[in-house]
Amino acid sequence: MEYFIQQLLNGLTLGSIYGLVAIGYTMVYGIIGMINFAHGDIFMLGGFAAMIVFLILTSLFAGIPVALALLIMLIVAMLMTGLWNWTIERVAYRPLRGSFRLAPLITAIGMSIALSNFIQVTQGPRNKPIPPLVSSVYEIGAISLSLKQIIIIVLTVVLLSIFWYIVNRTPLGRAQRATQQDRKMAALLGIDVDRTISITFIMGAALAAVAGTMYLMYYGVVSFNDGFVPGVKAFTAAVLGGIGSLPGAVLGGILIGLIESLWSAYFTIDYKDVATFGILAFALIFKPTGILGRPEVEKV
Amino acid sequence: MSPETSSMNSDVILKVEHLSMKFGGLMAINDLSFDVRRGDITALIGPNGAGKTTVFNCITGFYKPTMGMLTMTQKSGQQYLLERLPDFEITKTAKVARTFQNIRLFSGLTVLENLLVAQHNKLMKASGYTVLGLVGIGPYKAEAQNAIEIARHWLEMADLVDRADDPAGDLPYGAQRRLEIARAMCTGPELLCLDEPAAGLNPRESAALNALLRNIRKETGTSLLLIEHDMSVVMEISDHVVVLEYGQKISDGTPDEVKNDPKVIAAYLGVEDEEVEEVISVVEGLQGGAN
Amino acid sequence: MAETTISTVKPEGNLVQRGLKEGLFAGAISLGLFVLFVGLKTDQNMQNELILVPRWGLLAIFVIVAAVGRFLSIVFLQPWLAARKAAKAEEVKAVTEEEGFFRKHFNKIAIAALVLYPPIVLSLVGVQGSLKFVDNFGIQILIYVMLAWGLNIVVGLAGLLDLGYVAFYAVGAYSYALLSMHFGLSFWVLLPVAGILAALWGVILGFPVLRLRGDYLAIVTLAFGEIIRLVLINWTEVTKGTFGISGIQKATLFGIKFDASPEGFARMFGLPMSSAYYKIFLFYLILALCLLTAYVTIRLRRMPIGRAWEALREDEIACRSLGINTVTTKLTAFATGAMFGGFAGSFFAARQGFVSPESFVFLESAVILAIVVLGGMGSLVGIAVAAVVMVGGTELLREMQFLKMIFGPDFTPELYRMLIFGLAMVIVMIFKPRGFVGSREPTAFLKERRAISGSFTKEGHG
Repeated sequence: MEYFIQQLLNGLTLGSIYGLVAIGYTMVYGIIGMINFAHGDIFMLGGFAAMIVFLILTSLFAGIPVALALLIMLIVAMLMTGLWNWTIERVAYRPLRGSFRLAPLITAIGMSIALSNFIQVTQGPRNKPIPPLVSSVYEIGAISLSLKQIIIIVLTVVLLSIFWYIVNRTPLGRAQRATQQDRKMAALLGIDVDRTISITFIMGAALAAVAGTMYLMYYGVVSFNDGFVPGVKAFTAAVLGGIGSLPGAVLGGILIGLIESLWSAYFTIDYKDVATFGILAFALIFKPTGILGRPEVEKV
Repeated sequence: MSPETSSMNSDVILKVEHLSMKFGGLMAINDLSFDVRRGDITALIGPNGAGKTTVFNCITGFYKPTMGMLTMTQKSGQQYLLERLPDFEITKTAKVARTFQNIRLFSGLTVLENLLVAQHNKLMKASGYTVLGLVGIGPYKAEAQNAIEIARHWLEMADLVDRADDPAGDLPYGAQRRLEIARAMCTGPELLCLDEPAAGLNPRESAALNALLRNIRKETGTSLLLIEHDMSVVMEISDHVVVLEYGQKISDGTPDEVKNDPKVIAAYLGVEDEEVEEVISVVEGLQGGAN
Repeated sequence: MAETTISTVKPEGNLVQRGLKEGLFAGAISLGLFVLFVGLKTDQNMQNELILVPRWGLLAIFVIVAAVGRFLSIVFLQPWLAARKAAKAEEVKAVTEEEGFFRKHFNKIAIAALVLYPPIVLSLVGVQGSLKFVDNFGIQILIYVMLAWGLNIVVGLAGLLDLGYVAFYAVGAYSYALLSMHFGLSFWVLLPVAGILAALWGVILGFPVLRLRGDYLAIVTLAFGEIIRLVLINWTEVTKGTFGISGIQKATLFGIKFDASPEGFARMFGLPMSSAYYKIFLFYLILALCLLTAYVTIRLRRMPIGRAWEALREDEIACRSLGINTVTTKLTAFATGAMFGGFAGSFFAARQGFVSPESFVFLESAVILAIVVLGGMGSLVGIAVAAVVMVGGTELLREMQFLKMIFGPDFTPELYRMLIFGLAMVIVMIFKPRGFVGSREPTAFLKERRAISGSFTKEGHG
């Protein structure tokens, strides 16, 4: 039983990270209907930014409190990836808006390849390990709960609340939802669609940066090709939860995290990704719109 | 009213019995029954949201009805229960073809290709399900030529021969409507269902459409079932009219009978519910007086 | 024309001002983008700890290039492009397109050039020198041409977005590797077997997923692609996992082996022993396979099934209303595409003599899909051109050793291969969203055959 709860906690932590990344996929998909394949690499970029900021901080201010360091890492990583995603949208996706459906998908795949290779070229192909940031572990009975896990889960909950508030309660969120429903009509009603889309990309990137920073803190290592697998899993999470739905993205993320950790715990770790993708395929075949997605009505 | 001989005593090609369709809690069609007679032009009319297109989608298999029976009787006497067939089988074996309210052409294919796609099943067989055709054995070559001739025939009927090699998406609206009908005819149907064929057409195009529909019936004897808003089209060409309101049949008869039906008048003029009884009694009084 | 020149001269002052402003903005943005990733490099010291190495000079170059580039683009490039566009618009009206001899006979010339390619290379650079050109440029590009033509059936014709195509390539490669290893069957027996097995897998994977639409189909095909790769990695008893299978039997020419034995090709014809002959043989083999793919695709497009695929891409609901069984139609597209992937896979195994899951990663699927879209979906010529440009172009980078002279001995051009590939994908799409060849050739005609502009064709929803 303790073992099960332990695995549940691990899965929840991992799922929180996937969920944060999945939100970026789901928002962009919701608003402009494209799979932003480069989003996984934005996540990786966030991890790298946090890693470099950590190195700057430790080399300049040796005795900096961990909490402060973590906060600065988060903020810089968020700003950095926000700027990157803004630029990418502006340069690579905006000219193709309203064009042929596959063109933005190909651009996004191209961007993903370019981003990971850019980091490989500029930062080198090796893994980048950092010393553990937080290492406290609390023992509750036979269950060990690390401070890292608490930070990740709490931060995810806090961010999601803020995010939920922005999307559902502010004019910006209203503009986003309107653009999502009908871009042309939103523009006619005086919503600055370009700006709304840009902000969506920045928000998605900021959440991915948080996920990237948490990933770095949790595993203590980041590498240039860390974008792909978590990216695909986060996208899987977004689809599983019902793409376009924000709670769905988080739910999907947590489900994927749980599947992965429970599968590794009780079956074989080798096939954990097979399990993840297999469950995705089955879920979609039986419920093609995901768990919380709106059913797509076939208009005749 | 109809210029062609009204065939009141001919047999029934499509029998709709107790058809109901429920979407969630909404009863889009409620216990609808009517007959379409062979060789007739039958019109299905009614105010917006009356469930006309839903009836079409049930007949052509795009929706599975919640309840009811749709019996298609072919010339040969072969009967099909449409509600049990998958959508493509309804066109392929039961020989019911349809067009769509918002035209669905293959806009990137040429006009001719559109008509060849419609002859898919016949050509598939001729090409030995691709395998024989690929190596050049069998009757595919002759059959393909024959298919082009059939297409040419329908292009002539629809007055589109000159545009045969243009992309379908490039045609003006009225021509797209006629092309969609010609395409449906290329499947060789016994019953053709047309969803608002005259919508958005100007008077000239509308007249051309009427002529096309009449020619289709005259030449092939295909029965037509159409949804229409344009009363002038309905009154001019149909032999039989079924009126729907809120998913229920409120009238059924010749255009003349329907035109004078007080319930139809009430539905179309938008009389308040409590006034309907009043209108009915008044009209009934008048009719009684006339009798 | 005169008018446009005048209009660009007049607001020159404004233009320069705007250029300066935008240039500065671009510089500031690029400073923000690159300050951490280019300005600082993370290196490991002797204790295996990460240290930062500043590269401010490189960062400055990045920022200056961005700022100056933006300025030049605003002040010179954009007015020039606008003027050219205006000029072109006028020209098109006047001149009716006249097809030159080269254009008209492009296909025949291209095939002839490909057939003559190995002997020409052989005579120019000798037997050993030809290895690189025939293998890296010839065979490598032709494999991608074949894969892209195979995927074109699924994506370009039927409009089904498949992100896991490489799975069928893997099935083909492993089918050949395993069956030849365990049963000793020859390449020529196993080539069709590999194709059939891949097609079978296409049907098995396709059957449940083809009910899905659009991006859901894309993600499930991606998932299946990954599943197959992960199974290849983990099912070590059969596939030997990440070590891969080596020593795969080579293909033979009518039973003649390409080895040093007395019955081998070189001895038989009294030639000096060289692996180049095998490569040349492989070149013709893959060329034949490519031509087979092209021939079948062209034939299929004129058959009812091919027309149904294209109709499916345009409008699935209309297809169903015309009595077309869309499930079997999609499955045949999936299976046919998979079959060509399987052929290419078994060829790949015979060429390398070694297969491992490394060769079948998602990136490969992405590259193949990119070639199909960049070439112009549905157009065989466009796709071949795209394969030459994208694969050949990046292969070329490997050859650019002279760059070491410029950037120092640490410079490895291969590193930049995929970076440039990715950026090229983005740039080509921005300037040519419908790919190199955007128009569609009709499959039947009444009076005359006219190409259909890409703006009418749809890209499918599946």
